[in-house]
Amino acid sequence: MTVFLVRRLVWTAFVLFAITVLTFLIFFATPGIDPAAAMAGRNTDPATVESIRRDFGLDRPLPVQYTMMMKRMFVDRDLVSYTNRGVQVLPQIKAAAPVTLSVVLGAAVIWLLLSTLIGIAAATFRGTVIDPLLMALGLVALSTPVFWLGEVVNLLTQSRFHDSLLFSWVPALGYTPLTEDPLLWFRHLIIPWIVLAVGFIGLYSRVLRSSLLEVQNEDFVRTARAKGLSERRVMVRHVLRMSLISFVSLFGLDFGALVGGGAVLVEVVFGLPGVGSLIFRSASGLDLPVVMATVIYAAFFIVLANAVVDVVYALLDPRIRLGRTQTA
Amino acid sequence: MTTTDVEAFVQDIRATGPQPAGPWKVAARRLRRNRTAMAALVVLIVIAVVSLASPLYAEHVARTDPFVSNVGGTTIVDGGRVDVLQESGGLGLGVTPIGPTWDVRHYFLGADNEGRDVAARVLYGGRNSLAIAFGAAFGCFLIATSFALVAGFFGGAVDEVISRGMDLIWAFPVYLIAISISTVLLTQNLELGPIELGSDSLILPMMIIALIFVPYVFRPIRGQVLAVREQEYVRAAIAQGASNAWLIRREVLPNVLPSVIVLLPLVTAINILVESGLSFLGIGVQPPAASWGSIIGDGQGLLYSRPWVAIAPGIMVVLVVLALNILGDGVRDALDPRTKLRVER
Repeated sequence: MTVFLVRRLVWTAFVLFAITVLTFLIFFATPGIDPAAAMAGRNTDPATVESIRRDFGLDRPLPVQYTMMMKRMFVDRDLVSYTNRGVQVLPQIKAAAPVTLSVVLGAAVIWLLLSTLIGIAAATFRGTVIDPLLMALGLVALSTPVFWLGEVVNLLTQSRFHDSLLFSWVPALGYTPLTEDPLLWFRHLIIPWIVLAVGFIGLYSRVLRSSLLEVQNEDFVRTARAKGLSERRVMVRHVLRMSLISFVSLFGLDFGALVGGGAVLVEVVFGLPGVGSLIFRSASGLDLPVVMATVIYAAFFIVLANAVVDVVYALLDPRIRLGRTQTA
Repeated sequence: MTTTDVEAFVQDIRATGPQPAGPWKVAARRLRRNRTAMAALVVLIVIAVVSLASPLYAEHVARTDPFVSNVGGTTIVDGGRVDVLQESGGLGLGVTPIGPTWDVRHYFLGADNEGRDVAARVLYGGRNSLAIAFGAAFGCFLIATSFALVAGFFGGAVDEVISRGMDLIWAFPVYLIAISISTVLLTQNLELGPIELGSDSLILPMMIIALIFVPYVFRPIRGQVLAVREQEYVRAAIAQGASNAWLIRREVLPNVLPSVIVLLPLVTAINILVESGLSFLGIGVQPPAASWGSIIGDGQGLLYSRPWVAIAPGIMVVLVVLALNILGDGVRDALDPRTKLRVER
């Protein structure tokens, strides 16, 4: 087990290192791309480009540039933005992270609850009209682009029906921190939560349903029934528990990706100043220090999610848990 | 086997004489009998044909060029000539484009901020969206399958290096990598040796989307290759002295191909969603060209006054992605009836 953990840790560190190098290369070493010219914008005179190149040390060799940037990010922790000189990078990420976490956590609660209910309902009512109906709805949900759904919802709640009783409580687009006004925080976020959750509800309920139906045929379920357990207990303690394995691995990856900037479309549509918006804004301005720092932050979450998935896997499935302790 | 499957099998034998039909024929027949999947296929074909016919629509029906701005233009509504961009009411600041006329010859879906015909742009946009999604899917599968074949077949250190590399891309946030590459490439032209790609090229978004999904396709196919590699018929071929190239081409590839084909429509569906997302953010298809996502982006500023600019392309995206997902389910059931039997037992 210790060997496994150490190996996992070394690999994680290597992944994070490789990701910083890759991001760095995308911006500085893509053939035909001159970062100084890109930062200066289109149609700038050569002298300006040259001065930018010298200012940012872009005329130094690539490994030197990379080391300088990493040192300022992790050792001195005083990395500043390229486009807004003097603005530090780390506080920007610290300010954006709670927004994204608020958006993603709320949506995750909604989509986990609803998709579990819908998945179980569809599997239970198989053979009736309810199952195909729920599954068709799920398919429509996962086929809808999240930013378009957000726009349509905005159209209804901010404009067309905003003056009706139904949506008059909806505040203007934006964000209020939880610590400032919890109620306003909730009113700002409830609609983005639902919009972000819709597609995942569709996907997860379909995955859970088919996994429930598959597990129902396993031998241990027959054993549980033969022991005389109630149908409900068989469903919850045995079938659902096993089915949650595919569910959990999916959730870990999706959650990591969303926290790491995958929620950018929802953030842009609803005017939420989260990590996704930050990356998008800084990437458009080729503000490399911000992009690098945010990518590392994002990759950290994704790699962490991967590791958590592995552990939860082992907790849920006794076969994996026992198998691993025996081999390690 | 259910009774209908037995019947189908008997019919297959009768239809083709003493020789039973090959697995591909059986699968094709099974797919043809799946009415939902066929309906989805028809929807896809109709949308593709209509999108391909966009120049015909623009030239002969709407008589407009949807790629040049038409700020001072006029059109005909109810027999009377009106401006395409009309003075806004109220404070009188700025102009509002004309709304949907529901007349296919005159701004069916209205105009956008530059007075361009939205209906024509949606058709042209469909052409770009579909081309990028399908092109990216094929590119992605070509790369992923090649790597999966090599990694799974040779195993050992080769597999280790390729698989770890894929894990690395996997750990990279999808939208982040796309945003990073797009913004860098969109400011300047990409030079790959003698080839220079302009930032307005469709190849760029296609390449970006193809690359970010390679690990997602690589993983399941590599697993398949590993499984096939251990089959007895492969060992038999090795014993007969078959070369590696022959083994990969004639024994391994045909047996992993069904898994590849099952994934293809699903990945194409995801590609449509990602492309529309990137173009919506302004880092996919570049103006004046359009894609469904970029038109939704154009419509964002007009959302409360002229919602159809954003709504119409979104409906197209939902239709195509839905159809691809349904078709994907149908293809999976047709190629691998075991999953269906296992679930429906």
